[in-house]
Amino acid sequence: MRLALVTDIHANLEALSAVLDDVEAEGVDRIVVLGDIVGYGADPGPCVEAVADLVDKGAVALLGNHDQAAFLGPKGMSETAATAIRWTIPKLGDDHIRFLKSLPLAHHEGDALFVHASAHHPESWPYVMEASDAAASFASTDARVIVSGHTHVPALFHTIAGALSTGKMLSFRPVADKAVPLSPIRRYHAVIGAVGQPRDGDSRACWGLYDLDGNEITWRRVPYDVEAAARKIEHSGLPERLAARLFTGR
Amino acid sequence: MRAGELQPGAVVDGFVLQERIAVGGMGAIWRVSHPDHSRPLVMKTPFLGAGADVSTIIGYEVEEMVLRRLSGRHVPAFIAAGDLRKLPYIVMEFVEGQPLDKRLEREPMAPEEAARVGARIAAAIEDLHRQKVVHLDLKTGNIILSERGAVIIDFGLARHDELPDLFAEESDLPMGSPATISPEQILGDRTQPASDIFALGCILYEMVCGEPPFGEPVSLAGQKRRLFHAPKPPRQYNAKTPRWLQEVILRCLEVDLAKRYGSAGQVLFDLRHPDQVRLTDRADRAGPASALDRVRSWFGGRKAEKMPPQRKVSIARRISDAPIVVAAVDLTAGVDPLADEVRLHVARVLEAEEGARLACVTVLKTRLVGSDDGPDSEGRSAYVGRLVVLKDWARALQVPEERVSYHVLEALDPGAAILDYANHNRVDHIVMGARASSALRRHLGSVSSAVVAEAPCSVTVVRLKSTPEGEPE
Repeated sequence: MRLALVTDIHANLEALSAVLDDVEAEGVDRIVVLGDIVGYGADPGPCVEAVADLVDKGAVALLGNHDQAAFLGPKGMSETAATAIRWTIPKLGDDHIRFLKSLPLAHHEGDALFVHASAHHPESWPYVMEASDAAASFASTDARVIVSGHTHVPALFHTIAGALSTGKMLSFRPVADKAVPLSPIRRYHAVIGAVGQPRDGDSRACWGLYDLDGNEITWRRVPYDVEAAARKIEHSGLPERLAARLFTGR
Repeated sequence: MRAGELQPGAVVDGFVLQERIAVGGMGAIWRVSHPDHSRPLVMKTPFLGAGADVSTIIGYEVEEMVLRRLSGRHVPAFIAAGDLRKLPYIVMEFVEGQPLDKRLEREPMAPEEAARVGARIAAAIEDLHRQKVVHLDLKTGNIILSERGAVIIDFGLARHDELPDLFAEESDLPMGSPATISPEQILGDRTQPASDIFALGCILYEMVCGEPPFGEPVSLAGQKRRLFHAPKPPRQYNAKTPRWLQEVILRCLEVDLAKRYGSAGQVLFDLRHPDQVRLTDRADRAGPASALDRVRSWFGGRKAEKMPPQRKVSIARRISDAPIVVAAVDLTAGVDPLADEVRLHVARVLEAEEGARLACVTVLKTRLVGSDDGPDSEGRSAYVGRLVVLKDWARALQVPEERVSYHVLEALDPGAAILDYANHNRVDHIVMGARASSALRRHLGSVSSAVVAEAPCSVTVVRLKSTPEGEPE
């Protein structure tokens, strides 16, 4: 079983199309969308429709905090994120909102758990940036592997499980397109980078290829038409900074 | 089945256990056979039962992860691995040959043999680093001298540049072997290819002197002594050790990793070209360091101890920062415009590669050797004459003496000679000239096209710009 992990699309249709082309070329058994389909970018409607189309064909999609804000309002968000959500809401129709409302917070598959942010209080969207964040996430589930998005920064946290556990949490910055083997005696928290708004200094769109039989995860990077996505943001009245950051991946 | 219960004749995933060839606290090694594999194999089985040290299991995970990704003649071929939750094992090729520690039990090596074997080990380390792996536990027991060269085994402490470092932060104590662990490993830095070069220095030292330079201290305090105390110079043990070899060994053993060789390829180069080794005060160091030197090195060591962890730079990046660049220049007609142009391009390459080492190479065409091949004074003077022109050509590059060497190759076929040179010395980049094309040249094939076709590395071909014939200016 090979899964494509797609997260933090953020209404960037150019990035999503490039990623889905790469996913199709790779050939996977299932796509899991880890949330934040909308917010920040200029194409919320088309991105929701693209994900709904994937779900029709068997994909799993989860709720992200920006998706939730599209129907609950921008509570507790940064000013830029809130501005973008207020811009987004009128662009979405009833069908779009109904689809976003239908998304679950989590998905289980084998010994893996998929969430947007963390297994620890997923509904309050904590960030998994540090080893201690990952430790809280591990403590909240029995799943051996936790897969999330939300931070827009690729990361892999791991620790030895069971009797041999040392209690130490190790962190690793994945190298683009290099498969990372998963050891059967370890627990892993894999944070997949963003499709639509990378923040690790690499402007390319990110998606994760999770091979459950081969026990490895690859953080794939895909170049896309950044200029087109940025131009749309500039012409839409969204904050300009949201366009500029696509070029630097910060 | 548990690792401790395995018996000869037992079958594990199709591998038939034959005899146990080694056993220790951490695990056992078995000769095994498999109907699908004709070559001899060994199986490593770690003991992971109750009370097992966690570093044993991490070492197993690391070795499986790293060995699986390595290839080539300097490592045993990976065959299979067992499920860590059931019966963990790694099956690999059995490497035919003599372990270096067994060879050294007999007697130390003569300097010439140590240099020859050392060059083979350097070639193996260079190959590992090229594959983005730092070994971090090189020692005489982990090197097998085989017909195909030096083979490095035991990757339990290794680090792959593109994979999680399973030992990072996991252990508070430095991981490595007492005889060869590097100063930076003692201080907790597992990211430096230069650590393998330090270990190579320890191994060369032991080959020549009969014992490792810092002994084999078990305690951390004992191991830390190498940060502050220089080893006894090899020539103190064995007066027959050439000064150049002492220079090479002591340069590998520098505490400050910036003072060590930039790459294993550069150590290999010096071990194969003794006459080109630039001698410093290391070559003549005699007896224990003076009180003043000790204090100085103590301050150097203190500084090292307080140094913040090095910013993480990838292994590949560090290796490519210390390339060997060959300038192959045709001086048959002296320093002609093409030779000037080649020099200009070499200067550009050196400007971009601060850690590069330059080998200036020119080919002196020899006639077929006749029946009377006694000492040939005519040939000798042609050789010396060409060497003078080569050094003169390179002078304008103003490369510091320790980073440049000169080689007049006597050969019938210049292309083959340059290729041989590049292969033998693990060269990273060749810069050479190409004559303007002509019908005859197209027919015979040019030297540069032969080199480009078969070179083991990048080649920059330099040609004088010309105005196309028949076209108006």
